[in-house]
Amino acid sequence: MRFIDEYRDAAAAQQWARAIHRITTKPWTIMEICGGQTHAILKFGVDELLPKSITLIHGPGCPVCVTPLELIDKAIEIASRPAVIFCSFGDMLRVPGTNKDLLSVKAHGGDVRVVYSPLDAVKIAQQNPDREVVFFAVGFETTAPANAMAVYQAKRQGIKNFSLLVSHVLVPPAIEAILSSPTNRVQGFLAAGHVCTVMGYTEYEPIAQKYRVPIVVTGFEPLDILQGIYLCVKQLEEGRAEVENQYTRSVRREGNQPAQQLIREVFQVVSRQWRGIGPIPRSGLGLRDEYAEFDAERRFDVASHHVEESSECISGLVLQGIKKPHECPAFGTRCTPEHPLGATMVSSEGACAAYYRYRARSSANG
Amino acid sequence: MDNFSCPIPIAEYPTILLAHGGGGKLMHQLIERIFVPTFGNPTLNVRHDAAVLGVNGVRLAFTTDSFVVRPLFFPGGDIGSLAVHGTVNDLAMCGARPLYLSAGFILEEGLPMETLWRIVRSMQAAAQSAGVEIVTGDTKVVDKGKGDGVFINTSGVGVIEHSHCIAPDRVRPGDVLLVNGDLGRHGIAIMAVREGLEFESAIESDSAPVAGLVLELLSAGIDIHCLRDLTRGGLASALNEIAAAARVGITIDEKLIPVREDVQAACEMLGFDPLYVANEGRFVAFVAPSDAERALDLMRAHPLGEGASIIGAVSDEDAPLVTLTSRIGARRIVDMLSGEQLPRIC
Repeated sequence: MRFIDEYRDAAAAQQWARAIHRITTKPWTIMEICGGQTHAILKFGVDELLPKSITLIHGPGCPVCVTPLELIDKAIEIASRPAVIFCSFGDMLRVPGTNKDLLSVKAHGGDVRVVYSPLDAVKIAQQNPDREVVFFAVGFETTAPANAMAVYQAKRQGIKNFSLLVSHVLVPPAIEAILSSPTNRVQGFLAAGHVCTVMGYTEYEPIAQKYRVPIVVTGFEPLDILQGIYLCVKQLEEGRAEVENQYTRSVRREGNQPAQQLIREVFQVVSRQWRGIGPIPRSGLGLRDEYAEFDAERRFDVASHHVEESSECISGLVLQGIKKPHECPAFGTRCTPEHPLGATMVSSEGACAAYYRYRARSSANG
Repeated sequence: MDNFSCPIPIAEYPTILLAHGGGGKLMHQLIERIFVPTFGNPTLNVRHDAAVLGVNGVRLAFTTDSFVVRPLFFPGGDIGSLAVHGTVNDLAMCGARPLYLSAGFILEEGLPMETLWRIVRSMQAAAQSAGVEIVTGDTKVVDKGKGDGVFINTSGVGVIEHSHCIAPDRVRPGDVLLVNGDLGRHGIAIMAVREGLEFESAIESDSAPVAGLVLELLSAGIDIHCLRDLTRGGLASALNEIAAAARVGITIDEKLIPVREDVQAACEMLGFDPLYVANEGRFVAFVAPSDAERALDLMRAHPLGEGASIIGAVSDEDAPLVTLTSRIGARRIVDMLSGEQLPRIC
């Protein structure tokens, strides 16, 4: 298939791998921010082609994984109400809340629907004027424009029975949080190509300077990732710390400005809690006051409960790149996709799910 | 009568989820922990697509399948033709010649008569082309809102006219794996209709009766060790089932697995892996290595095997793992489907 196959070519992949071997003289630790990249790395075995001295660690770029438990409990409470049609990307349905997940709400008669676009949820609201339609708006900057568009259109069209349960997070504050942590060992980053398609990469330039780290905007196919690693290692070996763009077929420095404008129209920057990591200042998006009527948290007045995470789950450490999934004692035994302790085991961008799915486990009972 | 408590503890899954019917791990759990231990007998314990029964010296294959697909009509088929193909194919996976089917209808109050009429005619046409007769049936009607238009159950009987034993425990290291065509079309055809995806030309389901092709391979003397149709859970789940039942390792090569470009594109968009997408006219055959090339030629000469391909082999590793060589030449495992990839596609 055009634009896919050429980025999965075995001979070209081996060539990039050889080039990385050639320029690597020291051990380096590189973090791929995005969970989509983590899955591509494990699915295609990209890491197996790299020199042993290069360590890839998996970043927090899995929006489903970092959505706070408390908000998932709220989603479950809202979705359980009979007057509500609760729409979500499929990925959120299996994420464990305190007592259950959205799939079990569906099994108990809740109207929970998987949609591929928030605009589909707006359509469902138009078709069901007597029901309240709620869309679970999770994601990084990548999904923000479409979610903003849904609210924007709902307001223009006077649709009163539509609202968003917002859990939007931003990449640059997360990178800064990782870099300023005393336990940080990341020396270079592969930034998420799709996020930068929307936002461009100017906001990464001061981070690269301040912390002296190379940041390479990278795509999602095996060759993209290999080339991104090559550029990152080259900078590290040469002592440079710049923002480079590997994903030129999609990303421009200034990004997609109409999309950014729409985000700014509907959302404002707010502080957010990251599941497993904690609060990060100015790290997310919330609806602006002008759009507050579309905020599901206000509309449904759901109480905040204090919630306890599973004491055994180390997903916070996994999301910060401090531990690898298979270093968790529960991995593959007490924590599986059927019985997840944390979201990283069920999200299609979660690192634990990637290891479980693509790597042989010592216990072959999975 | 020593154990009255449910073998799947409430704490694990207190209620049935869609994934319990999805062909993956949860369905497997139902079968292994509820059905097989309760109903257990030597015939059932084989865990084949159909039961093989010895009756007065004749070997019969017997199977049943229910169909709840939504939408009722989709490019390349409908619930009626699917209900015939699904059961005929389960019989074929034992190497049987399908003979007779039953048809049980659960109809929802308010279903247009014209819809039922279209479905029934389609079933008859499918039965005719598969060489089977629908010889008995049943009809029930449920209240409006308690069904989804039409649900159909078909059971089937076939006769095994050769002495071959086709079952997972005959799989041996060195066996070669063949599929009879490109994968993923049925699941994606259904999904495209449901999600309103539009392609330059509609993706049609691969739904088809494959018994004729299987019988042709057998009558040509191909040493078939095992067959499995690639329905819910797709190729990945079928191979994991067989690896576990036969206690063998299986290796496949991603480059050799045929997937049509439009199906691949749809999978990329929807976030699906074609290895897990359902098919309704595709099967995997485990064949003795000496017969593999001949089997491939025979398949390719048949209208339902034109896109056939050798995709891998059984390894001599003991661990029942399915391993895939990726497009860029690295190796990874292929796990059974966990949860639900496409809800209710057959």
